[in-house]
Amino acid sequence: MNRFAARFERLRAEGARGLFPYVMAGFPDIATSQKLAEAALLAGADGFEIAVPFSDPLADGATMQRVNARALEGGAHLQTAFDLVRSVREKAPTIPIALMSYYNPLRQRGDVRVAADLAAVGADAVIVPDVPAEEAADLHDALRAHGLGLAPLIAPTSTPTRIRAVAALDPVFIYCVALVGVTGARRDLSDSLGEFLGRVRQETDAPLVVGFGISRPEHIRRVAQLGADGAIVASALVDLIDNSPDPIAAAVAYLREMKAGGLSAVA
Amino acid sequence: MPALEELDAGFRQALEDSAFQAELEHLLKTYVGRPTPVYDAIHFARRIGSGSVWLKREDLAHTGAHKINNAIGQGLLAQRMGKKRIIAETGAGQHGVATATVCAMLGLECVVYMGEEDMHRQAVNVYRMRLLGAEVRAVTAGTRTLKDAISEAFRDWVTNIESTYYLIGSVVGPAPYPEIGRTFQAVISREARAQLLEEIGRLPDRVVACVGGGSNAIGSFAAFIDDPSVEIIGVEAGGRGQGLGDNAATLSTGRPGILHGASSYVLQDEEGQIANTHSVSAGLDYPGVGPEHAYLKDSGRVQYVCVDDTDALEAFFLLTRSEGILPALEPAHALAWVKANPHPGITLVTLSGRGDKDIHTVAIASGHEEYLA
Repeated sequence: MNRFAARFERLRAEGARGLFPYVMAGFPDIATSQKLAEAALLAGADGFEIAVPFSDPLADGATMQRVNARALEGGAHLQTAFDLVRSVREKAPTIPIALMSYYNPLRQRGDVRVAADLAAVGADAVIVPDVPAEEAADLHDALRAHGLGLAPLIAPTSTPTRIRAVAALDPVFIYCVALVGVTGARRDLSDSLGEFLGRVRQETDAPLVVGFGISRPEHIRRVAQLGADGAIVASALVDLIDNSPDPIAAAVAYLREMKAGGLSAVA
Repeated sequence: MPALEELDAGFRQALEDSAFQAELEHLLKTYVGRPTPVYDAIHFARRIGSGSVWLKREDLAHTGAHKINNAIGQGLLAQRMGKKRIIAETGAGQHGVATATVCAMLGLECVVYMGEEDMHRQAVNVYRMRLLGAEVRAVTAGTRTLKDAISEAFRDWVTNIESTYYLIGSVVGPAPYPEIGRTFQAVISREARAQLLEEIGRLPDRVVACVGGGSNAIGSFAAFIDDPSVEIIGVEAGGRGQGLGDNAATLSTGRPGILHGASSYVLQDEEGQIANTHSVSAGLDYPGVGPEHAYLKDSGRVQYVCVDDTDALEAFFLLTRSEGILPALEPAHALAWVKANPHPGITLVTLSGRGDKDIHTVAIASGHEEYLA
């Protein structure tokens, strides 16, 4: 069983929701990104989105553009992210890990080789924000052949047809974009998030994980109450890492608080 | 994606709508000044020792470049789709000016994204856009040039999908944009083909256009694709050399890749990171190229070549002095290739824009800074 499936099964049995921190390989530098992943494990992360830096991150807001640029300046690339996956896998044999990458860096290595390499380092899924469902067949086949899956994105503007196309990819989870726009921490979640998740839920039983704009414990609580299976926290976490004298300690404290937010929702 | 589906549906409906087509044709005639002439550049041809060189004078279109053809078409499309807010990206500023112009005329709100670097290089065009009522937003991410302006425009679009139409300026980006751009630029070759048949009673032997994103080129080629006797040449910016980062010759030196939602040739490093580009001409300075050009290269129908900064500047001077026409630095690349490859027959070159915007760059490149204020 894919580690995501196993984790969501366990979370559902416990009535809990998953907290999935985003870690950019090579941000703020390669060594610290490794330590951040270890710290997130200690803080109770239920899984990871490990990101590959890209020169032109089209779906990302100002924070993530800066993060991508910094990681690239520090010499990070696809292999850095694979190395980070491997090091997390060595420490946590059961934790689910998704690799997030824009498609061009993957395409240059080739779908088949990417899938084989990802299986070898112990990843479970791939998130590719710039490959729509109808273009994903080759990548999907390559991943499946190695026991990996896709975690496709769905936006509030997605039509039922598109939601069904995504559901047909047998995703390890569906990455539900919480807002109409690009990544970045927001003060409030959209009022229509519940309606959006309801529309997705109508079409699929796949686990739903909410991302984009998730920055506060009450966001996690709300996402949990709305019936999602987990949340991804990204921009808010890297903002914190960027602005703290001790980024590791700050990340641990923040993720513990976020995790508690999720737990109290179901208590 | 839903935005692209909405755009695709709106575009197809417009193509079927005879009232839309009539309005477009009327504005192209009375507002843009079409048809633009073809000119037999006999003095230039004599100087380079070539047969006839005919220039398709897109520099004489309103706002001074071919960009207006697409801006009018898409502006009317946006209006037909009920969008009140237009966003655009611009590199050299020509597309930004064309879009701001059309928005002023149609009464639409206009926001133009422009790399900070390009805003310095093309300060006059920034002021023109502001005079026309557009808001020009500086893009400070990445290389601060055209590719980053396109990325920022996409980010705005996905954030404001309901109200906003993204009026992209070239034949790049996801479907249906490359097709929309070709459709509205094809008027260049439709006219030129008919004009040459009228003037000289035959088709040209060669059609030559410069290629950055590729909009004037695809428009210049479209009507000749099915004429097997016509050789078609696209001229890219060879910049200061063949190394990665030294040019913008995507089809000549790039590899297949994905940029801005299109699968085409891309200038990139071994890791698939998009490369920096260089060209003396801001309008060619883009690390991708329209996917239809990738197809035309792979099918062998069009031959893609490149010309470096120095040769483009020489051609700029030659046309200016021999014909009294200041070409933009972009089509100066096409003229430079013709200059280096004379042909006894008939050559048609698209003069995609006028060179007034480039005199600052030309003055610096040729050591004439004393003329600059």
